[in-house]
Order: sequence, then structure tokens, then C-alpha cells
Amino acid sequence: MIELEPIVGRYLTLSIAGRDHRIYFEEAGQGTPLVCLHTAGAHSSQFRHLMCDPAVTDRFRVVAFDLPWHGKSTPPLGWQDEEYLLTSDFYVAVVIAFLDALELDKPVVMGCSMGGRVVIRLAIEHSQRMQAVIGLEGSDRPAPWYDNSWTNHPDFVNGDFCVGLVSGLCAPQSPDEFRWETLWHYYQGGTGVFKGDMHFFRTDSDYTANSAGIDTALCPVYLMTGEYDYSCTPEATIRTADRIPGAEAIIMKEVGHFPMSENPAAFRVYLLPVLDSIQARI
Amino acid sequence: MIEQLASKVNANPGLVRRGRCLSTEFLIEIGERTFHVTVDQGRIAGVEEGPFIMRAWSFAIRAPETVWEKFWQPHPDPGFQDIFAMNRFGHCRVEGDINVLLSHLRYVKDVLATPRRPRIGDNSDD
Repeated sequence: MIELEPIVGRYLTLSIAGRDHRIYFEEAGQGTPLVCLHTAGAHSSQFRHLMCDPAVTDRFRVVAFDLPWHGKSTPPLGWQDEEYLLTSDFYVAVVIAFLDALELDKPVVMGCSMGGRVVIRLAIEHSQRMQAVIGLEGSDRPAPWYDNSWTNHPDFVNGDFCVGLVSGLCAPQSPDEFRWETLWHYYQGGTGVFKGDMHFFRTDSDYTANSAGIDTALCPVYLMTGEYDYSCTPEATIRTADRIPGAEAIIMKEVGHFPMSENPAAFRVYLLPVLDSIQARI
Repeated sequence: MIEQLASKVNANPGLVRRGRCLSTEFLIEIGERTFHVTVDQGRIAGVEEGPFIMRAWSFAIRAPETVWEKFWQPHPDPGFQDIFAMNRFGHCRVEGDINVLLSHLRYVKDVLATPRRPRIGDNSDD
């Protein structure tokens, strides 16, 4: 008898700014909603290990969706004639629409990289409806580590380039199996999607003017960053936490930019105590 | 480590195949020593030590010997695991025709990391 994983996938359609977006999401577990946001150019499979960890799923309903244009979500009608560019407003609108559609009450929202960036804005503008936010490899401002002209390079739309760009962000200690699966997600990305996400990540997500206003008594903020991350460096994470009164910065040893997918065993050592402290408040 | 570059790359068919569209020459500078690497359709056709007098090359990666030693450790320290990490933190300089590097980024990064372990790409998608 084959053992099935507990992950179940479904589809729904969100209407955002008058446009329909067919969204894929998957989930496992029960309890407080834990909504997971994937990195740029990738998809929700990054969180599959979390969804198979009873220490999480016994108390949290782990839900991860693919952003429009990503994974198994469909690009909107007319996509063939437009350039995909992710904006801060659209990103927040998708997350809120998803929470509304599934009627997720007081969720914990955890995002990685660009997802770790957008949770800052969610905490600024929607703290009332969040239980807490967790920014993995997250900060409140862009900090480019390569020249902007690269995004116009013809190879920036290719999977092989995307993998070459992000491969060094995995920690050397991460198991080969999971490192290469993490990088495979970048081969899978639609042409130009990673580039479109970079519009948000590099130019449309500076939240430093408002991040200090987050009420962490209402919505605790946890920022967890791997020591090998040179995209969102530990220093950038600590500076962000310093700007947000009450925010907690956690630097993870022997982990890179994709903790949940490149080294799930190392990640859970850091994540479980955070989930414990969130649960203690509920 | 650099002395093993050609034999290790050329003995890795997956890596040679990935670089099959690249024929170029580039420089690896290790402290005071400069190495001119010739790539012919993914194979390393030659690694020659300078000094050179106006030798042509497309791009160059320059770093002190101590930095390359850290880079080639099995588990490099944070900031030394990748040329982009080293560039960001000022440990190395990447110069020249960046377009050649970007067009064959994974291949070049894997070539540079080859001295780190017997075969690059084990358990990869190759």
C-alpha cells in the first residue's frame, strides 16, 4: 500500500481589481491558519516539508498558494500580450483576497524572500487581522546585490540563468537532494516571471517609512534569516528588526535563502520555538 | 587547486555538456598569480599561468589567495560560498564582459567550484 502524503491541493478563482485569477493552493493540518508565501520565481512546493511535519500540522493548518503566473496558478486572460510585473499593491491584494476567500481567521502569515518583504506591509496595514507575521529572509527595504541592467539582459528570462543567479544563496551544508529541488523550482518558472517578481523586490517594496509603526503587541513580527543569505543579509534583517519596536530577529546557522526547502531539518529547529511562542498567545 | 581545474571539468560530462555553447577565454587571479583559462565548447582547453602581455580575455575574477582557499573549502564560511557572495562583500572583483558570464552563469560558477569536490553536480538534474 502506497503511503500518501497529507498534502491536498485545490483551485479557486480570486477577483482582483476586476480581473479573475485562477489560483492553486495546497494545505495540510488543522488549527490556526499558517499561510505561506513562496519566493520570487518559485511556487508553493517550497513548503511541502512543513506540511508533512506533525509537530506543525497537529496545531496549524498550513496553507500555501501559488501567486498568479507561478506554479499551477494560471496567468490572467490576455497574459500573452503583456509583461508580467509584480507590484506591492497587487501582491498585498492577492494575499488579502486569498485570506477572505478561505475565510482564514487571524492567520499567521509567513513569507520567504519577497514573501518575507511583503509580510512587513501586511503587518503595517492589516495587523488587526493577523495573528503574527514571520519574515523568512525578510527585510523592509530593497538591497540590490547586482546591477539593475542585468534584469534587461536577454538571459534573465531563462531558467538556467535564474538558477545560476540564486544557486549560491543555498548554504553549503544543505543536503544536495533539497538544494537541487529548491533550484529546480527556478527551472520551472515561466519565462519572465522571476524577472517580473524582481520589479517588486528591487524597486517597489521599500517599507522603511512605515515599518516602525507596526504594533507588535497586536501582531508580533519574527524575522528569521540564514547566515549564508547574501540577498537579504543577516545585517539587513537585524536592521529591520531594530526599526520595528518589539520585532524579533533570529539568525539561523548553516542555512541560506530558502530555509524551508533547502534544509527543512535545520529550519524546523528554529521555527518550532517561534510557533510555540505564537501559540502561547492564542 | 587551480591545477586540477581542467582535468576535473573535462572528466565531468554533465558539466561539459552544459557549457557546450561556450567558447571563450577568462582570467582567474589568485593573489599575485594570474591564470588564463581557455574554454572550447564546454571543455577546458587550457589553463596557463601568467604574466601575460595584453592577452585577450572576456571576463576576470580576481581575489586574494586566502579568499580562494576559503571558497574552495567543502563548507565555505558565510560570504565565501559563491562568487556573487564574495563580490557583494568585497572579497573578490568580477570584471570585463559581464554578458559572457551571465549567458553561461551556472556553467562558470560550477567550473569555479569544481576544485571544491571531486565531481560537481552530484545529485543534480544532469
